[in-house]
Amino acid sequence: MSTKPALLPLLDSHGISRRDFTKYCTGLTAAMALAPAMAPRVAEALERARRPSVIWLSFQECTGCTESLTRADAPSLEQLILSAVSLDYHHTLQAAAGHGAETARLKAMAENAGQYLVLVDGSVPLGDPGYSTIAGRSNLDILHETVAGAAAVVAIGSCAAFGGLPAAAPNPTGAVSIGSLITDKPVVNLPGCPPIPVVMTAVIAHFLTFGRLPELDSLGRPRAFYGDTIHDRCYRRAFYDKGLFAKSFDDEGARKGWCLFELGCKGPTTYNACATVKWNGGVSFPIQSGHPCLGCSQPDFWDAGSFYRPLSQPWGADGHLAANAVAAGIGIGVAAGMAAIEAKKRAAAERQPVTLADLEVKP
Amino acid sequence: MSSTALLLWAKGPGFAFAAAVFLFGVTLRVVEMLWLRRRPDRSVARGSGALQGLRTVVSRFLPAPGLVARSPVVHVGGMVFHLGLFAVVFLYGPHIAAIRGMTGLDWPGLPTGAIDGATVLTIAAMIVLLIARSKDPVRRLLTTGADHLAWTATLLPLLTGFLLVNRVALPFETLLAVHLLSVELLLVLFPFTTLMHAVTFAFARYYAGAIAGRKGAHS
Ligand code: SF4
Repeated sequence: MSTKPALLPLLDSHGISRRDFTKYCTGLTAAMALAPAMAPRVAEALERARRPSVIWLSFQECTGCTESLTRADAPSLEQLILSAVSLDYHHTLQAAAGHGAETARLKAMAENAGQYLVLVDGSVPLGDPGYSTIAGRSNLDILHETVAGAAAVVAIGSCAAFGGLPAAAPNPTGAVSIGSLITDKPVVNLPGCPPIPVVMTAVIAHFLTFGRLPELDSLGRPRAFYGDTIHDRCYRRAFYDKGLFAKSFDDEGARKGWCLFELGCKGPTTYNACATVKWNGGVSFPIQSGHPCLGCSQPDFWDAGSFYRPLSQPWGADGHLAANAVAAGIGIGVAAGMAAIEAKKRAAAERQPVTLADLEVKP
Repeated sequence: MSSTALLLWAKGPGFAFAAAVFLFGVTLRVVEMLWLRRRPDRSVARGSGALQGLRTVVSRFLPAPGLVARSPVVHVGGMVFHLGLFAVVFLYGPHIAAIRGMTGLDWPGLPTGAIDGATVLTIAAMIVLLIARSKDPVRRLLTTGADHLAWTATLLPLLTGFLLVNRVALPFETLLAVHLLSVELLLVLFPFTTLMHAVTFAFARYYAGAIAGRKGAHS
């Protein structure tokens, strides 16, 4: 167990009062779909002085997930909580570098064996390990070494959860998800490019409060956050249901806030909490800012074609294919017509007239 | 195969195949039909064949007087089914968006609730018509396996679409993929089953109207 500076004084030094923290925990409890009475327990678990360590590994990623958590200019409540609670190793956030950093990881692993959480952002290159190494070691190596003594693994972001952009066709590095490599530990997927910060904190809070991961869906995502689609919770849904769609980014429909389906919104197929939890402290989310949902938390969204093509629009057939099919139809249609006329002529020529004699009943 | 991969396949190669077969088949059948031509009518025309032909294409959307009373289920059921199917296919926003994306054509749609209602009515009409058909000895004899196939292929997109819009069972993505695959089945079967009447009805009505029109008669 790691001993870290107490959480409340740290929050206090950043101008976050106990009241704010309690409010945050209540929100967190609600977001996790837990009973309101659990809020104090969540707060208590986060406040506890001794808690399991968290080791954050970064593989083939863009640091967007960390960026989402830290929000660069002013540290978010989520980051403060995570740092104060237990973050023992994180390339981007830790002060130590080189051997010092790696020693910190090994030390945290040894001190918290069997109890620490491993958070991973980024996918692992299986094609050629040389594409991504840390201290000269392959991502796969470090992952297996670190996860061996972990209690659970949290795959942060779409790259760790599903392979992400590095896995986009033709997947030059042979990128794979964390879940496909770890089979002997519980793995929770928090997809999103990046994921919503509070979702990361909530999963950790849940783990600290109850000693286990929250309930997951078939893709390993916490149901509390990924149980509904964006479309189910979208405030533009009334326009969708009325059949009112913006057709371009600056038409009347767009100005009136109509549904963005025709501009390519992937809200109907995307399971995430953006429409309810929102971003930047609940200020807004892409659809509210006038941009269709890209579906960034869905597997394979990177290979699903244009972000701006309506979800219902197939793309397999193009003008070329249509022209060829019609040309073939004309060619074979004419041939079939000619054959039918020939057959008709032949039948007429070979017709055996029926005489009265033929019809008579022969004795 | 993940549901996303299935959806991508249905939208990409699956749709390409279905659209190609559909376009090829429809063109083939129409060209073949037109190539057969009609024997030239050498009599003196007593009226305009073309005009009467075109008028008949439209006028036969309504049943002839007295027919509704004689077989109400066929006529009312048929009307509900065809109008409902038209609304569901061509007046639902996401369908219009798909057609707009492929052809550039655009028109206003109906609210989701109206499309939902139309879907239920259309499916109900299909079931009623099937029961009526199976109870009538003559039509039962005339019905072939291909007709049942056409009925099923029409029902599947309606059913999967209804489940999709109302989010019954299965994740949306899987249902969307299944819905698209059912539409693709319909597209592939269309030119080679009685479904083709959605195109040939116009030619049949035109010929019937034009023949009568030349003779100076109403069709
Ligand atoms: S904007 Fe997107 S998520 Fe919102 S109602 Fe329209 S399609 Fe659904």
